[in-house]
Amino acid sequence: MAKSPKKSPYSHRHLLGIEGLSVQEISYLLEKSDEYVGQNRLSDKKVETLHGRTVINLFFEDSTRTRTSFELAGKRLSADVINMSVGSSSVNKGETLIDTASTLNAMHPDVLVVRAGLSGAVKLLAEKVNCAVINAGDGSHEHPTQALLDALTIQRRRGKLQGLKIAICGDILHSRVARSNIYLLVTMGAQVRLVAPMTLLPSGAENLGVEVFHDMKEGLKDCDIVMMLRLQNERMQGNYFPSIREYFHFFGLDYEKLSVAKPDALIMHPGPANRGVEIDSEVADDYSRSVIREQVEMGVAVRMACLDILSNNLQQELQEGAE
Amino acid sequence: MTGIWTAAQSDENLGRKAYINVRLLDPATGLDVVCDATGGMLTDGEEIVEFGAGIFKSGMPDSAEIIDCGSHCLSPGLVDIRVQVREPGYEHKGTIESAGRSATAGGVTTMVCLPNTNPVIADMSQVEFVARRARKIGLAKIYPYAALTEELAGEKLTEIGILAEAGAVAFTDGDKAIANAQVLRRALSYARTFDLLIVQHPEEPSLVSPGGMNSGETATRLGLPGIPREAEIIMVERDLRLVEMTGGKLHFGHISTGEAVNVIRQAKARGLNVTCDTAPPYFALNDQSVGDYRTFAKLSPPLRSEDDRLAIVEGLKDGTIDAIASDHAPQDADSKRLPFTQAESGGVGLETLLAVSLELYHNKAMSLLEVLAKITYVPAELLQLPAGKIAKGAAADLMLFDPERGWQVKDTDLTSKAKNTPFDLRPVQGVVLRTIIDGRTVYRLEDE
Repeated sequence: MAKSPKKSPYSHRHLLGIEGLSVQEISYLLEKSDEYVGQNRLSDKKVETLHGRTVINLFFEDSTRTRTSFELAGKRLSADVINMSVGSSSVNKGETLIDTASTLNAMHPDVLVVRAGLSGAVKLLAEKVNCAVINAGDGSHEHPTQALLDALTIQRRRGKLQGLKIAICGDILHSRVARSNIYLLVTMGAQVRLVAPMTLLPSGAENLGVEVFHDMKEGLKDCDIVMMLRLQNERMQGNYFPSIREYFHFFGLDYEKLSVAKPDALIMHPGPANRGVEIDSEVADDYSRSVIREQVEMGVAVRMACLDILSNNLQQELQEGAE
Repeated sequence: MTGIWTAAQSDENLGRKAYINVRLLDPATGLDVVCDATGGMLTDGEEIVEFGAGIFKSGMPDSAEIIDCGSHCLSPGLVDIRVQVREPGYEHKGTIESAGRSATAGGVTTMVCLPNTNPVIADMSQVEFVARRARKIGLAKIYPYAALTEELAGEKLTEIGILAEAGAVAFTDGDKAIANAQVLRRALSYARTFDLLIVQHPEEPSLVSPGGMNSGETATRLGLPGIPREAEIIMVERDLRLVEMTGGKLHFGHISTGEAVNVIRQAKARGLNVTCDTAPPYFALNDQSVGDYRTFAKLSPPLRSEDDRLAIVEGLKDGTIDAIASDHAPQDADSKRLPFTQAESGGVGLETLLAVSLELYHNKAMSLLEVLAKITYVPAELLQLPAGKIAKGAAADLMLFDPERGWQVKDTDLTSKAKNTPFDLRPVQGVVLRTIIDGRTVYRLEDE
């Protein structure tokens, strides 16, 4: 039996997280994503790549931008896209999650895009289905396509990731975006710094290959990229910080704190931004510095690349199985 | 003893002052030198310019006012890090002015006040109010603690970062413990972000019977509810784990039990960022002082057993207990003239801080400089206050005292508006002759 000559450099069935991916795998995902950026700027944005395939967006948690981004990505690749929003109240038990998964599995989807409120829930679901699964965010664990779109944004602006000083600021503790970004950027050789109050830093954060700061002006000094995180009030119970006023005073990004970063430092935010909480409106809307809109654009391209690669891998797996 | 107070005027010209015939004592540097008429200290305006033996050998500086100290001791003014001034809100118990007069009569030039006023010190304007009032009154310098949690309820953190910028020196719920472990954990962790200190009243509230005294024979005999020593020990042990977990900085106020001293000693040996103080009643009195339901001896934490008292002395000697604070808690007569169980806790302490602390010296438990260290530069360093040291360029905040002269504590003789001293009728040694703040004498003993 001859091995398939077209084996892709990303050979996994699922995309559940960035942790553990190699430089080659990440580079390949970014390369493919970059190819789709141009296509998305054409007036005819549609290609036949996933014609006849079924993509189900299974969202156990509210989402507007990520779900829309995946939906557009699927449609531009000509897949049949179904959106399923399951209220979080009806899925409190692992049992129900698996029930949902096996029900959907019986409908023969090709890719399941899953967002779940609980860390690890997407991996559990992936173990129970025959299709490819993309993690669109699970609890405080990972959000791999967000990290890829952030990396693509940086790479297109700066031509590289290696050696850049990148500060990730704010609610690291609850952030899946932070975790995926840390894994990706550290793997790709960037110098990653975390800036947060002690209460919003997970324990052992300094063991992830990053530098930890508790003062914005120290953490942002000479940075190429300032990545702000959304304060996830909905995940907080109790005293992580005293008030929004105090949080903004010490950790909100304004021009004063930004002044210590490199003069051309880029400002990023995964959205939706809490204006006046983690970022000053003036800074968020300064399009000479802020690439927040560009991140959204890159998101669609990244998701098209992921759907394309995973569908292709699944196809090959089936062929190999048949041979 | 009666004294004369002279409050500071903002427009006065202080000029230079030469203190001669004096024994200079500075615990921070170990300085202990007897100066005759050719030496001592020179201050100019608000600052110390020079000090030591023989500094005036080549003549007195021009136009300096010469103060003959009569061979008495001149040391840094005392730094008292646990004072309740009761203003605003409880002016019938005490005011900032009354506390300022008591403080200066007791040689205290810098004090730190608890936030349990009404309103609670929990916002910028309250922090600034205390500082502004103290400046206006022109007696002792006052720095405020701010509340750690809103309304001292032990639930929601105050804006400690912003409050620290406004001038709060540390954060505490005063005489209430942070009972909820998760709240203290987050507080320690959040405070570490800004390298801020939290001060805990270590007492597990669920073990405290309202209105009680120390559990033991005296309580049993009097039929009073008991407050077990374990209320303090359990809280200290728990909090030490939280300090270890978060890497935060914690200070325990008024430690009263031997076992708490032991666990803090071990924690310090492990390298934890933890400090503590005690108050004179806990090394000078025991629970027998309650005697026949004496409400002036009702304190929080309660006076403990003789074994505990001795262990507190040991803790002071070996440095486990960093500092001594007066724990000044004025109460109006009506709130003490009640059945023991209903009476308020607390005792005034500013005016007896020096004399009762000096018992440790007179009893030969510690040297004079070691005792002074506990009430000057050590507590100042704990809270990073610019106080408690004799140094060129430092503020001339000084105390002239006679460590030997005896007197008897009498509640009616106290300057303080409130008279509730647990040391009533106690014969003591050590008299403050003069208290100097920013180069000017604000208090002088009348016969001096």
